[in-house]
Amino acid sequence: MASRVLSSQMVFNWWRNPSAMLGTLIVLFCAIIVIFGPLLVSQNPYDLRQLSLLDSYKPPAWLEEGDARYLLGTDGQGRDVLASIVYGTRISAMIGVTAMLMACAIGTTLGLLAGYFGGRLDALIMRVADVQLSFPSMLIALFLMSAFGTGIDKVLIALTAVGWVVYARTVRGSTLGEVQKEYVQAAHVAGLSHAKIILKHVLPNVMTPLIVIATVQVGTFILIEASLSFLGVGVPITQPSLGLLIKNGFDVLFSGLWWTSVFPGLMIMAMVFGINLMGDFLRDELNPRLK
Amino acid sequence: MTAPLLSVRDLRTWFHTFAGTVKAVNGVSFDLMPGEVMGLVGESGGGKSVVGFSILGLIDPPGRIEGGQILFDGRDLAQLPEDALRRIRGREIGMVFQDPMTSLNPVQTIGRQMDEVLRLHTRLDARARRARCIEMLESVGISQAGDRLRAYPHQFSGGMRQRVVIAIAMLARPRLIIADEPTTALDVTIQSQILKLMRRQIAEEGASMILVTHDLAVVAEMVDKITVLYCGKVVETGPVREVIDTPAHPYTRGLIDSIPNPAHRLPRLNQIPGTVPDVRNLPAGCSFRERCPRAQALCAEKEPPLTPQRGGQHAACHFPVPATQTTGEPA
Amino acid sequence: MTPMLEVEGLEQRFQLSKGLLDRITFKGGRPRLRNTIVHAVNGVSFAIAPREVLALVGESGCGKSTVAKTIARIYEPTGGRIRIEGEDVSAYGPRRMLPVRAKMQMIFQDPFASLNPRQKVRDIVAEPLLQQLGPSRRAEVRERTAALLSRVGLNPEQAGRYPHQFSGGQRQRIGIARALSVNPGLIIADEPVSALDVSIQAQILNLMLDLRDEFGLAYLFISHDLSVVHHIADRIGVMYLGFMVETAPRDRLFAMPRHPYTRALLSAAPTIEPQRKTVEMELTGEVPSALSLPSGCCFRTRCPFAWDRCAIERPALRDLGGGQSVACHLIDEPQRDRM
Repeated sequence: MASRVLSSQMVFNWWRNPSAMLGTLIVLFCAIIVIFGPLLVSQNPYDLRQLSLLDSYKPPAWLEEGDARYLLGTDGQGRDVLASIVYGTRISAMIGVTAMLMACAIGTTLGLLAGYFGGRLDALIMRVADVQLSFPSMLIALFLMSAFGTGIDKVLIALTAVGWVVYARTVRGSTLGEVQKEYVQAAHVAGLSHAKIILKHVLPNVMTPLIVIATVQVGTFILIEASLSFLGVGVPITQPSLGLLIKNGFDVLFSGLWWTSVFPGLMIMAMVFGINLMGDFLRDELNPRLK
Repeated sequence: MTAPLLSVRDLRTWFHTFAGTVKAVNGVSFDLMPGEVMGLVGESGGGKSVVGFSILGLIDPPGRIEGGQILFDGRDLAQLPEDALRRIRGREIGMVFQDPMTSLNPVQTIGRQMDEVLRLHTRLDARARRARCIEMLESVGISQAGDRLRAYPHQFSGGMRQRVVIAIAMLARPRLIIADEPTTALDVTIQSQILKLMRRQIAEEGASMILVTHDLAVVAEMVDKITVLYCGKVVETGPVREVIDTPAHPYTRGLIDSIPNPAHRLPRLNQIPGTVPDVRNLPAGCSFRERCPRAQALCAEKEPPLTPQRGGQHAACHFPVPATQTTGEPA
Repeated sequence: MTPMLEVEGLEQRFQLSKGLLDRITFKGGRPRLRNTIVHAVNGVSFAIAPREVLALVGESGCGKSTVAKTIARIYEPTGGRIRIEGEDVSAYGPRRMLPVRAKMQMIFQDPFASLNPRQKVRDIVAEPLLQQLGPSRRAEVRERTAALLSRVGLNPEQAGRYPHQFSGGQRQRIGIARALSVNPGLIIADEPVSALDVSIQAQILNLMLDLRDEFGLAYLFISHDLSVVHHIADRIGVMYLGFMVETAPRDRLFAMPRHPYTRALLSAAPTIEPQRKTVEMELTGEVPSALSLPSGCCFRTRCPFAWDRCAIERPALRDLGGGQSVACHLIDEPQRDRM
């Protein structure tokens, strides 16, 4: 009953919290773009047969010389900016979410092991985490990308390497608290193995704070990936994310062809803003200390 | 006859939560005479702590005092604005809570915290304030009080901290102390030290006290008068020995029988069946009837009022326990 | 008859901080290594016969809960022997402990923390039995779970609910059903009623005594509450600072407590009885730190009778007959007992 009360309480609070509603709407909007995007736009910007150089650098439709077929204008190859944004958003969001899942899985596993068994293993994992936290994550990602070369898979690896630490530290901290609890002791008395205790008793009870971290991290990862791509060490030119779109448009920004980079920029901003609003709401709801 | 120091009339404190209105205190009345010590007892959910907090004006939203009066020395505390209440708290009403760490600031020395109370509530100069602090610490049994003023709360043990809290509560010579489970977190040998100390302090200062506790044994040794709460209402109130020796309300009777008594051990305790009902959804009539061995049809129809009983106490029961029934016999 | 449980010279030490840097303190300008070993249990011995209830009483920090959790092998014992029905299990690893777990279960103090909030009641109660029988006999386990729930006074139809949907007393019943599931001979109960309201406490105590008669259980009952202990125990052991200072059958201990600490404990306990106890003995001061035990007798720093011998020689538990044993030098020099 209380869990139903809790969740309906959350809906109740959400209903009274305009910024949480806005955040959710933005995230939902992005999710629709990611899932149904290609069905919503008329052009596949990476199918060369659908492009026409004659349509290059068309301004947005509401300006003079604008073309009604290209709502947000076109770029140098005659690609529809709107369609590019839709495809770019898919790539950006996919990278953000996948990297978050990978970081979460690795970080949570290491945090559980460190917190549950303690001792040397704990010391080792946490020292690595400390060292890594003393470098800016952008710097580490840049370093890894220049070592690996570009590619979506490499971006994912770099982001995972940057992102696991926060899960490991959080999970280790909660695990230290959980293993003291009597229900974990009761599981020992019941005769469960360490693996079963970790999976059945500790893991489910350390997950809640991760929801907030994971949400906000998707936003962070999208930004880091955009920065990497903007610097030219991120995704390849054949699979342009929003960051790469901004970079491509940036080259001609000062020639007055602003729409090719400003609109992808606005998209990133909106997406990360929405994610962060949602993260803030979840943080308030799931953190009992703020109540 | 002297006027009561504190007179609570039909106090109602409700909490408006998402899941419904919790009528934590719903029509509680009692009087407290100057110098009198009253025990406010009951189990969790009875509303005893909420009464204490209401008197102190420490009810935060979603809680609200919905009605009734809290007449302290003629003023209705329920109507006073927050800043007026703040002047009364600490100076005229002292407080002692279960966890001393909630009332002590961990980053300030004991001396500074005590000094602040005196600066706020008295006109003493720095030297007189220090003298009073030392005097107070010594009177609660803390040796080398002058040095201890420079210590931080964490440098004291649990029992010592509670002594400090009592010293702070008594510092401005309040006329009323509200102590909410002051010894529940302490060991039994320390508890007995603290209870003796509180009793002595109250007597010396001529103050009154409300002792909020779940522990009837503590109450039996400490107070002049008992008020028993169940589901936000007074079910029985009266002089301590009368209420404990010849309880009139079946709930009081059940509480007393539930405590194992080394003086006459029974093979089984006379337990009260069932659990406290959901306060958001109380049964009609008497709230206790579903657990009551004496309940009859009338109890479901009409809520019993507090009426005088043979033992000299008042109880809210249609079919009170006969006074002849002594502790230990099945109810 | 083989005792259900036999404990011999049980010791439990905890290292507080492991890092060298954490331990360095400066005294008089010179670095010193701080001692961070907590001497929680210092050589405790006792035995529990089948169907017997032994209670360990004492104040917080006296090591009674640590004794319980060490016997339940939640902690590894630092020293001493633990025998369950004659079988020495003190060095058993988790795998060899598994069959022993069917003979010994535990009830915990906190009805809120002792049940996993994310597990259904059915799975909580079934957990120990499932380890014993294996997942292939799940149907059998489920049947027994339902029977156990109704035996402890819960509605088996509520087995699909989560712990937070129950009150404190009901949760404690769930914990009892879990302990009973493997049909153990010994239940270690660590302050099982101290977090409960008085009326619920009485219900749980009655239930535990009924279950003892029905299932032939022995209890190791840990409590700080003397009136509760008097109600449930056959024999009582009094602990102070990790030592057993006195043990005696219940009525004997309450009628003739010999150790000064036992006497102080009995006189400090509040009662609802009108007449004050005749001999009142008040202790001053507080329990010393288990980081550095006092020399000689552990109680001498608070004992009103302590003399120089108590600081030099640690008193051993001595049998006084009638099942009573006391660790106190006053036995040799009764003229020093001025009360």
